[in-house]
Amino acid sequence: MPALPLDEAGKYVAAAYLVFLALLIIYVAIMGMKVARIEREIGELLEEVERSETVKPSQDGEPSPQTARQDASPEVTRTGGPGP
Amino acid sequence: MYSKGFKPLAIAAVAFTLLAFGMVFFFAPNDADQGFIQKIFYVHVPMAIVALGGFVAGGIMAIKHLRTGDRSWDLRSYVAIHMSIILGVGVLITGAIWAKASWGHWWVWDEPVLVSFLVVFLLYCVYYPLRFSIEDPERQARYSSVFAIAAGAFVPINFTAVRMAESLIHPRVLSQTGGNLPADMRLTFLVCLVAMTLLFVTLWKLELTSKHASMQLKRLRRRLEASAA
Amino acid sequence: MAILRKDLAIEWRTKESVPAMALFTITVYVLFHFGLDRDSLDGELASGVLWVTLLLAAVIGVSRLFAAEREQGGIDGLLLAPVDRTALFLAKAAVLFLYLVALELVAVPAFVVLLLGPGLTGGLPELVLILLAANIGLAAVGALVSALASETNARELIVPLLLLPMLVPLLIAAASATEPLLRQTAASEDLGRWLAFLAGYDALFVLVSLAVFDYLLDD
Repeated sequence: MPALPLDEAGKYVAAAYLVFLALLIIYVAIMGMKVARIEREIGELLEEVERSETVKPSQDGEPSPQTARQDASPEVTRTGGPGP
Repeated sequence: MYSKGFKPLAIAAVAFTLLAFGMVFFFAPNDADQGFIQKIFYVHVPMAIVALGGFVAGGIMAIKHLRTGDRSWDLRSYVAIHMSIILGVGVLITGAIWAKASWGHWWVWDEPVLVSFLVVFLLYCVYYPLRFSIEDPERQARYSSVFAIAAGAFVPINFTAVRMAESLIHPRVLSQTGGNLPADMRLTFLVCLVAMTLLFVTLWKLELTSKHASMQLKRLRRRLEASAA
Repeated sequence: MAILRKDLAIEWRTKESVPAMALFTITVYVLFHFGLDRDSLDGELASGVLWVTLLLAAVIGVSRLFAAEREQGGIDGLLLAPVDRTALFLAKAAVLFLYLVALELVAVPAFVVLLLGPGLTGGLPELVLILLAANIGLAAVGALVSALASETNARELIVPLLLLPMLVPLLIAAASATEPLLRQTAASEDLGRWLAFLAGYDALFVLVSLAVFDYLLDD
Protein backbone atom coordinates (compact mmCIF):
# COMPACT_ATOMS: atom_id res chain seq x y z
CA MET A 1 0.00 0.00 0.00
CA PRO A 2 1.26 3.51 -0.66
CA ALA A 3 2.38 5.44 2.40
CA LEU A 4 0.11 8.28 3.34
CA PRO A 5 1.48 11.80 2.96
CA LEU A 6 3.11 13.06 6.12
CA ASP A 7 0.40 15.50 7.21
CA GLU A 8 -2.29 12.85 6.74
CA ALA A 9 -0.25 10.21 8.57
CA GLY A 10 0.70 12.67 11.29
CA LYS A 11 -2.90 12.99 12.40
CA TYR A 12 -3.22 9.26 12.97
CA VAL A 13 0.13 8.95 14.73
CA ALA A 14 -0.74 11.90 16.94
CA ALA A 15 -4.12 10.32 17.70
CA ALA A 16 -2.50 7.03 18.72
CA TYR A 17 -0.03 8.70 21.06
CA LEU A 18 -2.78 10.92 22.44
CA VAL A 19 -4.79 7.81 23.28
CA PHE A 20 -1.84 6.55 25.28
CA LEU A 21 -1.40 9.91 26.98
CA ALA A 22 -5.12 10.20 27.69
CA LEU A 23 -5.20 6.78 29.30
CA LEU A 24 -2.30 7.76 31.52
CA ILE A 25 -3.90 11.07 32.50
CA ILE A 26 -7.29 9.49 33.18
CA TYR A 27 -5.54 6.90 35.32
CA VAL A 28 -3.70 9.58 37.27
CA ALA A 29 -6.95 11.48 37.74
CA ILE A 30 -8.70 8.40 39.09
CA MET A 31 -5.77 7.68 41.39
CA GLY A 32 -5.93 11.28 42.55
CA MET A 33 -9.58 10.84 43.45
CA LYS A 34 -8.79 7.64 45.32
CA VAL A 35 -5.98 9.29 47.28
CA ALA A 36 -8.30 12.17 48.12
CA ARG A 37 -10.88 9.72 49.47
CA ILE A 38 -8.27 7.88 51.54
CA GLU A 39 -7.04 11.20 52.90
CA ARG A 40 -10.57 12.28 53.83
CA GLU A 41 -11.29 8.98 55.56
CA ILE A 42 -8.04 9.12 57.52
CA GLY A 43 -9.01 12.63 58.59
CA GLU A 44 -12.39 11.39 59.79
CA LEU A 45 -10.83 8.53 61.72
CA LEU A 46 -8.27 10.85 63.28
CA GLU A 47 -11.06 13.18 64.37
CA GLU A 48 -12.95 10.29 65.95
CA VAL A 49 -9.85 9.10 67.80
CA GLU A 50 -9.08 12.57 69.07
CA ARG A 51 -12.65 13.05 70.21
CA SER A 52 -12.67 9.80 72.16
CA GLU A 53 -9.28 10.70 73.69
CA THR A 54 -10.60 13.98 75.05
CA VAL A 55 -13.35 11.96 76.68
CA LYS A 56 -11.15 9.34 78.27
CA PRO A 57 -8.74 11.33 80.54
CA SER A 58 -11.67 13.21 82.12
CA GLN A 59 -13.36 10.05 83.35
CA ASP A 60 -11.78 8.49 86.40
CA GLY A 61 -11.85 4.74 86.69
CA GLU A 62 -15.24 3.07 86.35
CA PRO A 63 -16.08 3.09 82.67
CA SER A 64 -19.85 3.38 82.69
CA PRO A 65 -21.46 2.50 79.37
CA GLN A 66 -22.44 6.15 78.95
CA THR A 67 -18.94 7.57 79.13
CA ALA A 68 -17.39 4.84 77.05
CA ARG A 69 -19.67 5.73 74.17
CA GLN A 70 -17.74 7.84 71.75
CA ASP A 71 -20.74 9.99 70.94
CA ALA A 72 -21.13 11.11 74.56
CA SER A 73 -20.07 14.73 74.73
CA PRO A 74 -17.21 15.77 77.09
CA GLU A 75 -19.57 18.23 78.84
CA VAL A 76 -21.82 15.50 80.17
CA THR A 77 -19.00 13.28 81.37
CA ARG A 78 -17.28 16.06 83.25
CA THR A 79 -20.35 17.05 85.20
CA GLY A 80 -21.49 13.45 85.64
CA GLY A 81 -18.18 11.96 86.81
CA PRO A 82 -16.52 12.62 90.18
CA GLY A 83 -13.77 14.74 88.62
CA PRO A 84 -10.30 15.44 90.04
CA MET B 1 4.47 -3.12 52.07
CA TYR B 2 3.75 -3.12 48.34
CA SER B 3 5.65 0.06 47.64
CA LYS B 4 9.16 -1.30 48.25
CA GLY B 5 11.58 0.03 45.67
CA PHE B 6 8.94 2.26 44.20
CA LYS B 7 11.10 5.34 43.84
CA PRO B 8 13.92 3.97 41.65
CA LEU B 9 11.33 2.08 39.64
CA ALA B 10 9.30 5.20 38.97
CA ILE B 11 12.38 7.18 38.03
CA ALA B 12 13.51 4.44 35.65
CA ALA B 13 10.04 4.27 34.12
CA VAL B 14 9.96 8.01 33.48
CA ALA B 15 13.50 8.01 32.11
CA PHE B 16 12.87 5.12 29.76
CA THR B 17 9.53 6.53 28.60
CA LEU B 18 11.14 9.85 27.73
CA LEU B 19 14.03 8.06 26.01
CA ALA B 20 11.53 5.91 24.10
CA PHE B 21 9.53 8.90 22.89
CA GLY B 22 12.73 10.64 21.85
CA MET B 23 13.97 7.62 19.95
CA VAL B 24 10.64 7.05 18.19
CA PHE B 25 10.47 10.55 16.79
CA PHE B 26 14.12 11.55 16.38
CA PHE B 27 16.14 8.37 15.99
CA ALA B 28 14.11 5.65 14.29
CA PRO B 29 13.88 6.09 10.50
CA ASN B 30 10.54 6.16 8.71
CA ASP B 31 9.43 2.76 7.53
CA ALA B 32 10.15 2.17 3.85
CA ASP B 33 6.76 0.61 3.28
CA GLN B 34 4.39 2.37 5.62
CA GLY B 35 6.16 5.68 6.13
CA PHE B 36 5.46 7.85 9.16
CA ILE B 37 2.34 5.91 10.06
CA GLN B 38 4.51 3.03 11.22
CA LYS B 39 5.36 5.06 14.36
CA ILE B 40 2.09 3.79 15.84
CA PHE B 41 3.80 0.42 16.02
CA TYR B 42 6.07 1.68 18.82
CA VAL B 43 3.18 2.42 21.15
CA HIS B 44 0.66 -0.19 20.01
CA VAL B 45 2.78 -3.34 20.02
CA PRO B 46 4.58 -2.81 23.36
CA MET B 47 1.21 -2.08 24.97
CA ALA B 48 -0.20 -5.32 23.55
CA ILE B 49 2.80 -7.40 24.60
CA VAL B 50 2.84 -5.92 28.11
CA ALA B 51 -0.93 -6.36 28.50
CA LEU B 52 -0.74 -10.02 27.50
CA GLY B 53 2.27 -10.47 29.76
CA GLY B 54 0.23 -8.90 32.55
CA PHE B 55 -2.62 -11.34 31.96
CA VAL B 56 -0.30 -14.32 32.06
CA ALA B 57 1.53 -12.90 35.10
CA GLY B 58 -1.87 -12.56 36.78
CA GLY B 59 -2.41 -16.27 36.17
CA ILE B 60 0.98 -17.15 37.65
CA MET B 61 0.30 -15.02 40.73
CA ALA B 62 -3.06 -16.78 41.03
CA ILE B 63 -1.29 -20.15 41.04
CA LYS B 64 0.92 -18.80 43.81
CA HIS B 65 -2.16 -17.72 45.74
CA LEU B 66 -3.78 -21.14 45.53
CA ARG B 67 -0.51 -22.87 46.38
CA THR B 68 0.35 -20.79 49.43
CA GLY B 69 -3.09 -19.59 50.52
CA ASP B 70 -1.57 -16.13 50.89
CA ARG B 71 -4.29 -13.64 49.97
CA SER B 72 -1.79 -10.92 49.05
CA TRP B 73 -1.06 -12.91 45.87
CA ASP B 74 -4.70 -12.71 44.94
CA LEU B 75 -4.54 -8.94 45.29
CA ARG B 76 -1.42 -8.89 43.11
CA SER B 77 -3.11 -11.03 40.49
CA TYR B 78 -6.25 -8.89 40.54
CA VAL B 79 -4.28 -5.67 40.11
CA ALA B 80 -2.17 -7.17 37.31
CA ILE B 81 -5.32 -8.10 35.41
CA HIS B 82 -6.85 -4.72 36.17
CA MET B 83 -3.86 -2.85 34.76
CA SER B 84 -3.76 -5.13 31.72
CA ILE B 85 -7.41 -4.40 31.00
CA ILE B 86 -6.66 -0.67 31.09
CA LEU B 87 -3.75 -1.20 28.68
CA GLY B 88 -6.04 -3.41 26.60
CA VAL B 89 -8.38 -0.49 25.96
CA GLY B 90 -5.38 1.42 24.66
CA VAL B 91 -4.30 -1.52 22.49
CA LEU B 92 -7.70 -1.83 20.84
CA ILE B 93 -8.04 1.91 20.20
CA THR B 94 -4.51 2.36 18.84
CA GLY B 95 -4.97 -0.82 16.80
CA ALA B 96 -8.11 0.59 15.26
CA ILE B 97 -6.34 3.86 14.47
CA TRP B 98 -3.49 1.98 12.85
CA ALA B 99 -5.90 -0.13 10.81
CA LYS B 100 -7.75 2.97 9.66
CA ALA B 101 -4.54 4.71 8.70
CA SER B 102 -2.96 1.88 6.75
CA TRP B 103 -5.95 -0.06 5.41
CA GLY B 104 -8.70 2.53 5.46
CA HIS B 105 -10.96 0.61 7.85
CA TRP B 106 -11.33 0.99 11.59
CA TRP B 107 -11.38 -2.74 12.06
CA VAL B 108 -9.87 -5.55 9.96
CA TRP B 109 -10.79 -9.11 10.78
CA ASP B 110 -7.82 -10.60 8.98
CA GLU B 111 -5.30 -9.11 11.38
CA PRO B 112 -4.98 -12.19 13.60
CA VAL B 113 -3.15 -10.57 16.49
CA LEU B 114 -5.71 -7.81 16.90
CA VAL B 115 -8.65 -10.22 16.62
CA SER B 116 -7.13 -12.61 19.18
CA PHE B 117 -6.51 -9.68 21.44
CA LEU B 118 -10.16 -8.68 21.24
CA VAL B 119 -11.27 -12.17 22.28
CA VAL B 120 -8.82 -12.24 25.18
CA PHE B 121 -9.93 -8.76 26.21
CA LEU B 122 -13.60 -9.77 26.16
CA LEU B 123 -12.84 -12.79 28.31
CA TYR B 124 -10.89 -10.81 30.89
CA CYS B 125 -13.61 -8.19 31.11
CA VAL B 126 -15.73 -10.91 32.75
CA TYR B 127 -13.21 -10.98 35.62
CA TYR B 128 -14.91 -7.98 37.22
CA PRO B 129 -18.52 -9.25 37.28
CA LEU B 130 -17.25 -12.65 38.44
CA ARG B 131 -15.11 -11.22 41.21
CA PHE B 132 -17.63 -8.75 42.52
CA SER B 133 -20.63 -11.06 42.43
CA ILE B 134 -19.01 -13.25 45.11
CA GLU B 135 -19.40 -11.71 48.51
CA ASP B 136 -17.39 -13.91 50.82
CA PRO B 137 -13.85 -12.45 50.56
CA GLU B 138 -12.03 -15.73 50.94
CA ARG B 139 -14.13 -17.43 48.27
CA GLN B 140 -13.88 -14.34 46.07
CA ALA B 141 -10.11 -14.62 46.11
CA ARG B 142 -10.20 -18.35 45.40
CA TYR B 143 -12.66 -18.17 42.50
CA SER B 144 -10.91 -15.17 40.98
CA SER B 145 -7.65 -17.07 41.08
CA VAL B 146 -9.20 -20.06 39.34
CA PHE B 147 -10.50 -17.72 36.65
CA ALA B 148 -7.10 -16.07 36.29
CA ILE B 149 -5.43 -19.46 35.80
CA ALA B 150 -7.94 -20.77 33.27
CA ALA B 151 -7.87 -17.50 31.33
CA GLY B 152 -4.08 -17.42 31.46
CA ALA B 153 -4.02 -20.87 29.84
CA PHE B 154 -6.55 -19.63 27.31
CA VAL B 155 -4.33 -16.79 26.02
CA PRO B 156 -1.79 -18.87 24.05
CA ILE B 157 -4.29 -21.38 22.65
CA ASN B 158 -6.53 -18.58 21.45
CA PHE B 159 -3.65 -16.97 19.59
CA THR B 160 -2.75 -20.29 18.01
CA ALA B 161 -6.30 -20.85 16.81
CA VAL B 162 -6.79 -17.42 15.30
CA ARG B 163 -3.37 -17.55 13.67
CA MET B 164 -4.11 -20.98 12.21
CA ALA B 165 -7.44 -19.83 10.81
CA GLU B 166 -5.85 -16.81 9.16
CA SER B 167 -2.81 -18.57 7.75
CA LEU B 168 -5.04 -21.13 6.08
CA ILE B 169 -7.06 -18.50 4.28
CA HIS B 170 -4.27 -16.18 3.22
CA PRO B 171 -0.71 -16.92 4.27
CA ARG B 172 1.18 -13.76 5.11
CA VAL B 173 4.60 -12.81 6.25
CA LEU B 174 4.97 -11.41 9.72
CA SER B 175 7.09 -8.46 8.68
CA GLN B 176 4.43 -6.06 9.95
CA THR B 177 4.73 -6.78 13.65
CA GLY B 178 8.19 -7.96 14.49
CA GLY B 179 10.11 -10.29 12.25
CA ASN B 180 12.95 -8.63 10.41
CA LEU B 181 13.20 -5.06 11.52
CA PRO B 182 16.26 -2.97 10.64
CA ALA B 183 18.68 -2.67 13.55
CA ASP B 184 17.86 0.89 14.60
CA MET B 185 14.12 0.25 14.46
CA ARG B 186 14.57 -2.90 16.50
CA LEU B 187 16.57 -0.99 19.11
CA THR B 188 13.86 1.68 19.33
CA PHE B 189 11.22 -0.98 19.67
CA LEU B 190 13.12 -2.71 22.48
CA VAL B 191 13.51 0.55 24.36
CA CYS B 192 9.77 1.16 23.95
CA LEU B 193 9.05 -2.33 25.26
CA VAL B 194 11.29 -1.83 28.29
CA ALA B 195 9.68 1.56 28.95
CA MET B 196 6.19 0.11 28.74
CA THR B 197 7.12 -2.77 31.05
CA LEU B 198 8.63 -0.42 33.62
CA LEU B 199 5.59 1.83 33.40
CA PHE B 200 3.31 -1.15 33.87
CA VAL B 201 5.19 -2.42 36.92
CA THR B 202 5.28 1.08 38.41
CA LEU B 203 1.57 1.61 37.99
CA TRP B 204 0.89 -1.92 39.21
CA LYS B 205 2.76 -1.14 42.42
CA LEU B 206 0.98 2.19 42.75
CA GLU B 207 -2.41 0.54 42.34
CA LEU B 208 -1.47 -2.23 44.78
CA THR B 209 -0.38 0.31 47.36
CA SER B 210 -3.56 2.28 46.93
CA LYS B 211 -5.83 -0.79 47.11
CA HIS B 212 -3.95 -2.10 50.13
CA ALA B 213 -4.16 1.32 51.80
CA SER B 214 -7.93 1.46 51.43
CA MET B 215 -8.22 -2.12 52.69
CA GLN B 216 -6.15 -1.29 55.76
CA LEU B 217 -8.18 1.85 56.29
CA LYS B 218 -11.38 -0.18 56.21
CA ARG B 219 -9.94 -2.59 58.76
CA LEU B 220 -8.83 0.27 61.01
CA ARG B 221 -12.27 1.82 60.85
CA ARG B 222 -13.88 -1.47 61.77
CA ARG B 223 -11.50 -1.91 64.70
CA LEU B 224 -12.20 1.59 65.97
CA GLU B 225 -15.94 1.11 65.69
CA ALA B 226 -15.67 -2.21 67.51
CA SER B 227 -13.67 -0.72 70.36
CA ALA B 228 -15.92 2.33 70.56
CA ALA B 229 -19.14 0.37 70.75
CA MET C 1 -19.79 -42.67 39.05
CA ALA C 2 -22.63 -42.37 41.54
CA ILE C 3 -22.98 -38.65 40.79
CA LEU C 4 -23.07 -39.38 37.09
CA ARG C 5 -25.81 -41.95 37.57
CA LYS C 6 -27.78 -39.65 39.87
CA ASP C 7 -27.60 -36.73 37.44
CA LEU C 8 -28.66 -38.86 34.51
CA ALA C 9 -31.54 -40.28 36.55
CA ILE C 10 -32.73 -36.80 37.46
CA GLU C 11 -32.44 -35.69 33.86
CA TRP C 12 -34.34 -38.75 32.71
CA ARG C 13 -37.12 -38.07 35.21
CA THR C 14 -37.49 -34.33 34.82
CA LYS C 15 -36.35 -34.03 31.17
CA GLU C 16 -35.14 -30.54 31.84
CA SER C 17 -31.92 -29.79 30.01
CA VAL C 18 -31.67 -31.85 26.83
CA PRO C 19 -35.18 -31.24 25.46
CA ALA C 20 -34.79 -27.53 26.20
CA MET C 21 -31.44 -27.48 24.38
CA ALA C 22 -32.89 -29.35 21.39
CA LEU C 23 -35.89 -27.06 21.20
CA PHE C 24 -33.55 -24.10 21.40
CA THR C 25 -31.44 -25.29 18.45
CA ILE C 26 -34.51 -25.73 16.24
CA THR C 27 -35.67 -22.25 17.18
CA VAL C 28 -32.27 -20.82 16.30
CA TYR C 29 -32.37 -22.58 12.91
CA VAL C 30 -35.69 -20.88 12.25
CA LEU C 31 -34.19 -17.57 13.31
CA PHE C 32 -31.24 -18.07 10.98
CA HIS C 33 -33.57 -18.99 8.14
CA PHE C 34 -35.41 -15.70 8.46
CA GLY C 35 -32.41 -13.67 9.56
CA LEU C 36 -30.31 -14.75 6.58
CA ASP C 37 -33.35 -15.12 4.32
CA ARG C 38 -31.96 -18.35 2.90
CA ASP C 39 -33.70 -21.68 2.38
CA SER C 40 -30.55 -23.75 2.29
CA LEU C 41 -26.97 -23.23 3.31
CA ASP C 42 -23.70 -24.81 2.35
CA GLY C 43 -19.98 -24.53 3.01
CA GLU C 44 -18.77 -21.86 5.43
CA LEU C 45 -22.18 -20.44 6.18
CA ALA C 46 -23.66 -23.85 6.97
CA SER C 47 -20.83 -24.87 9.24
CA GLY C 48 -20.88 -21.49 10.99
CA VAL C 49 -24.62 -21.63 11.61
CA LEU C 50 -24.42 -25.21 12.88
CA TRP C 51 -21.58 -24.53 15.31
CA VAL C 52 -22.82 -21.21 16.62
CA THR C 53 -26.19 -22.83 17.28
CA LEU C 54 -24.60 -25.78 19.08
CA LEU C 55 -22.45 -23.51 21.25
CA LEU C 56 -25.42 -21.35 22.19
CA ALA C 57 -27.38 -24.48 23.10
CA ALA C 58 -24.42 -25.62 25.19
CA VAL C 59 -24.76 -22.43 27.24
CA ILE C 60 -28.17 -23.70 28.40
CA GLY C 61 -26.73 -27.04 29.43
CA VAL C 62 -23.82 -25.43 31.24
CA SER C 63 -25.98 -23.03 33.22
CA ARG C 64 -28.21 -25.94 34.29
CA LEU C 65 -25.33 -28.25 35.19
CA PHE C 66 -25.34 -27.59 38.93
CA ALA C 67 -29.02 -26.66 39.03
CA ALA C 68 -30.20 -29.80 40.78
CA GLU C 69 -27.65 -29.44 43.58
CA ARG C 70 -28.34 -25.79 44.04
CA GLU C 71 -32.10 -26.08 44.23
CA GLN C 72 -32.04 -28.89 46.77
CA GLY C 73 -29.07 -27.55 48.69
CA GLY C 74 -27.36 -30.58 47.28
CA ILE C 75 -23.88 -29.12 46.84
CA ASP C 76 -23.45 -29.11 50.60
CA GLY C 77 -24.78 -32.65 50.78
CA LEU C 78 -22.53 -33.65 47.94
CA LEU C 79 -19.51 -32.09 49.55
CA LEU C 80 -20.22 -33.44 53.00
CA ALA C 81 -19.98 -36.88 51.51
CA PRO C 82 -16.31 -37.61 50.92
CA VAL C 83 -16.34 -37.08 47.19
CA ASP C 84 -13.08 -36.46 45.47
CA ARG C 85 -13.15 -33.17 43.57
CA THR C 86 -11.54 -34.87 40.60
CA ALA C 87 -14.33 -37.44 40.53
CA LEU C 88 -16.89 -34.65 40.82
CA PHE C 89 -15.37 -32.79 37.90
CA LEU C 90 -15.17 -35.91 35.77
CA ALA C 91 -18.78 -36.80 36.59
CA LYS C 92 -20.07 -33.35 35.75
CA ALA C 93 -18.05 -33.18 32.54
CA ALA C 94 -19.32 -36.64 31.58
CA VAL C 95 -22.92 -35.55 32.22
CA LEU C 96 -22.41 -32.52 30.01
CA PHE C 97 -20.72 -34.66 27.35
CA LEU C 98 -23.69 -37.03 27.27
CA TYR C 99 -26.15 -34.12 27.15
CA LEU C 100 -24.26 -32.75 24.15
CA VAL C 101 -24.25 -36.10 22.37
CA ALA C 102 -27.99 -36.42 22.96
CA LEU C 103 -28.51 -32.87 21.74
CA GLU C 104 -26.49 -33.48 18.59
CA LEU C 105 -28.45 -36.63 17.80
CA VAL C 106 -31.41 -34.29 17.35
CA ALA C 107 -29.77 -31.06 16.28
CA VAL C 108 -27.53 -32.34 13.48
CA PRO C 109 -30.23 -34.35 11.62
CA ALA C 110 -32.60 -31.41 12.08
CA PHE C 111 -29.98 -29.13 10.57
CA VAL C 112 -29.50 -31.44 7.60
CA VAL C 113 -33.25 -31.57 6.99
CA LEU C 114 -34.05 -27.93 7.62
CA LEU C 115 -31.14 -25.91 6.35
CA LEU C 116 -28.37 -27.91 4.72
CA GLY C 117 -28.38 -27.61 0.93
CA PRO C 118 -26.03 -30.27 -0.41
CA GLY C 119 -26.78 -32.94 2.18
CA LEU C 120 -24.14 -34.89 4.00
CA THR C 121 -22.47 -36.73 1.17
CA GLY C 122 -20.20 -39.24 2.81
CA GLY C 123 -18.79 -36.81 5.37
CA LEU C 124 -20.61 -38.43 8.25
CA PRO C 125 -17.71 -40.31 9.94
CA GLU C 126 -15.55 -37.19 9.84
CA LEU C 127 -18.38 -35.06 11.22
CA VAL C 128 -18.91 -37.50 14.09
CA LEU C 129 -15.20 -37.34 14.87
CA ILE C 130 -15.24 -33.54 14.93
CA LEU C 131 -18.37 -33.48 17.07
CA LEU C 132 -16.84 -35.87 19.61
CA ALA C 133 -13.58 -33.95 19.79
CA ALA C 134 -15.45 -30.68 20.25
CA ASN C 135 -17.75 -32.21 22.86
CA ILE C 136 -14.81 -33.18 25.07
CA GLY C 137 -13.50 -29.62 25.07
CA LEU C 138 -16.99 -28.21 25.56
CA ALA C 139 -17.61 -30.56 28.48
CA ALA C 140 -14.32 -29.68 30.20
CA VAL C 141 -14.68 -25.91 29.77
CA GLY C 142 -18.40 -26.10 30.52
CA ALA C 143 -17.95 -27.96 33.81
CA LEU C 144 -15.25 -25.51 34.87
CA VAL C 145 -17.31 -22.43 33.97
CA SER C 146 -20.39 -23.87 35.60
CA ALA C 147 -18.49 -24.47 38.84
CA LEU C 148 -16.91 -21.00 38.69
CA ALA C 149 -20.28 -19.35 38.24
CA SER C 150 -22.12 -21.54 40.72
CA GLU C 151 -21.27 -19.43 43.77
CA THR C 152 -21.86 -16.04 42.23
CA ASN C 153 -25.14 -14.26 42.52
CA ALA C 154 -25.15 -13.32 38.84
CA ARG C 155 -24.96 -16.83 37.42
CA GLU C 156 -27.11 -16.41 34.33
CA LEU C 157 -24.93 -13.42 33.42
CA ILE C 158 -21.54 -14.99 34.10
CA VAL C 159 -22.04 -18.33 32.31
CA PRO C 160 -22.54 -17.05 28.74
CA LEU C 161 -20.08 -14.18 29.16
CA LEU C 162 -17.40 -16.54 30.40
CA LEU C 163 -18.16 -19.60 28.30
CA LEU C 164 -18.50 -18.08 24.84
CA PRO C 165 -15.12 -16.30 24.63
CA MET C 166 -13.44 -19.42 26.03
CA LEU C 167 -15.01 -21.39 23.20
CA VAL C 168 -13.81 -19.14 20.39
CA PRO C 169 -10.76 -21.33 19.57
CA LEU C 170 -13.00 -24.39 19.63
CA LEU C 171 -15.48 -22.69 17.31
CA ILE C 172 -12.70 -21.72 14.90
CA ALA C 173 -11.33 -25.25 14.77
CA ALA C 174 -14.67 -27.07 14.62
CA ALA C 175 -16.23 -24.75 12.07
CA SER C 176 -13.14 -24.81 9.84
CA ALA C 177 -12.96 -28.59 10.02
CA THR C 178 -16.66 -29.02 9.27
CA GLU C 179 -16.82 -26.50 6.44
CA PRO C 180 -15.33 -28.71 3.66
CA LEU C 181 -17.74 -31.51 4.59
CA LEU C 182 -20.76 -29.32 3.92
CA ARG C 183 -19.74 -28.05 0.51
CA GLN C 184 -21.53 -28.97 -2.68
CA THR C 185 -18.60 -31.15 -3.61
CA ALA C 186 -17.49 -32.64 -0.37
CA ALA C 187 -13.75 -32.56 0.10
CA SER C 188 -11.90 -32.87 3.34
CA GLU C 189 -8.79 -30.81 3.66
CA ASP C 190 -6.84 -29.85 6.75
CA LEU C 191 -9.08 -32.10 8.79
CA GLY C 192 -6.11 -33.65 10.56
CA ARG C 193 -4.67 -30.27 11.52
CA TRP C 194 -7.90 -29.05 13.06
CA LEU C 195 -8.54 -32.32 14.82
CA ALA C 196 -5.05 -32.13 16.27
CA PHE C 197 -5.77 -28.61 17.44
CA LEU C 198 -9.07 -29.72 19.00
CA ALA C 199 -7.25 -32.55 20.77
CA GLY C 200 -4.75 -30.04 22.14
CA TYR C 201 -7.55 -27.74 23.29
CA ASP C 202 -9.33 -30.67 24.97
CA ALA C 203 -6.17 -31.85 26.70
CA LEU C 204 -5.27 -28.36 27.91
CA PHE C 205 -8.65 -27.61 29.44
CA VAL C 206 -9.16 -31.06 30.93
CA LEU C 207 -5.79 -30.70 32.66
CA VAL C 208 -6.36 -27.10 33.77
CA SER C 209 -9.82 -27.97 35.09
CA LEU C 210 -8.51 -30.99 36.96
CA ALA C 211 -5.76 -28.87 38.48
CA VAL C 212 -8.00 -26.06 39.71
CA PHE C 213 -11.21 -27.91 40.51
CA ASP C 214 -9.97 -28.67 44.03
CA TYR C 215 -10.32 -24.99 44.85
CA LEU C 216 -13.91 -24.68 43.72
CA LEU C 217 -17.17 -25.62 45.39
CA ASP C 218 -15.81 -26.26 48.87
CA ASP C 219 -16.79 -24.49 52.00
